[in-house]
Amino acid sequence: MPVKVMIPSPLRPYAGKRESAEFNARTVGEALGHLTTEFGELRKHLFTEEGKLRSFVNVYVNDEDIRYLAKENTPTKDGDTISIIPSIAGGCFPLYGSPRFCGTTKERPRD
Amino acid sequence: MADAPALWISGHLAEKIRAHGAETYPHECCGALLGRDSNAVLESDQAQGSLTAAREILQLFPLVNRRDDSPRNRFSVTPADVMAAEKAASAQGLEVVGWYHSHPDHPARPSEYDRDHAWPWYSYIIVSVQNGAPQDMTSWRLNDDRAEFSPEGIEIRHRAAV
Repeated sequence: MPVKVMIPSPLRPYAGKRESAEFNARTVGEALGHLTTEFGELRKHLFTEEGKLRSFVNVYVNDEDIRYLAKENTPTKDGDTISIIPSIAGGCFPLYGSPRFCGTTKERPRD
Repeated sequence: MADAPALWISGHLAEKIRAHGAETYPHECCGALLGRDSNAVLESDQAQGSLTAAREILQLFPLVNRRDDSPRNRFSVTPADVMAAEKAASAQGLEVVGWYHSHPDHPARPSEYDRDHAWPWYSYIIVSVQNGAPQDMTSWRLNDDRAEFSPEGIEIRHRAAV
């Protein structure tokens, strides 16, 4: 049984509406590589232009966050499940082209 | 998307989002939008017989803003919160279809930070809260190329869509 990659709702439109996909992969990076090769439009939503996983993309192997394992080099074996779980983040500063700060303070808000 | 999508939400739920923003002011509030996508025909389009894709918001899942280091201008929903929202949605036969947050003393328009951190497909509702009073409420979806958001019309419906 190959490695199963669970596809989160916001990415399913780019993966033929599939909830999961299975690949033969020895590492998380290899599995994500197969995923973005098969579904090319996923790539920009998972990775930066420099090829790094976006900060709001959380990847788990069998419920363990790969940040606490070997990251994309985390080994995988047949039957493992890789889950991609979103973080959601945002905030009001800065607007496109706007120098305005939020609230009444003039202190530059933190990123 | 071929046509501008529409977001359907009851007046009651829209008011709850606004109230959440007022409650947490001057900090940003946040929460999940639970609902479903529908191909129901908009009443306004019935004469033309056109089909407008719509997304119905049927429930909210208010969350705690996890950015306690900078809550005046940032919000954060952790993966655990996302999974909790998805579990709550699934229990009701719904999906997490988007997220809402407030902009304290700032327009209800997405920021560059919003764009950089956004996921496609989700609806992002933003409510502006000026001096503690909720003002404009808008909704947005990230474009496929991630370059910008497209506005999503909000239609207040006073009963569940058929």
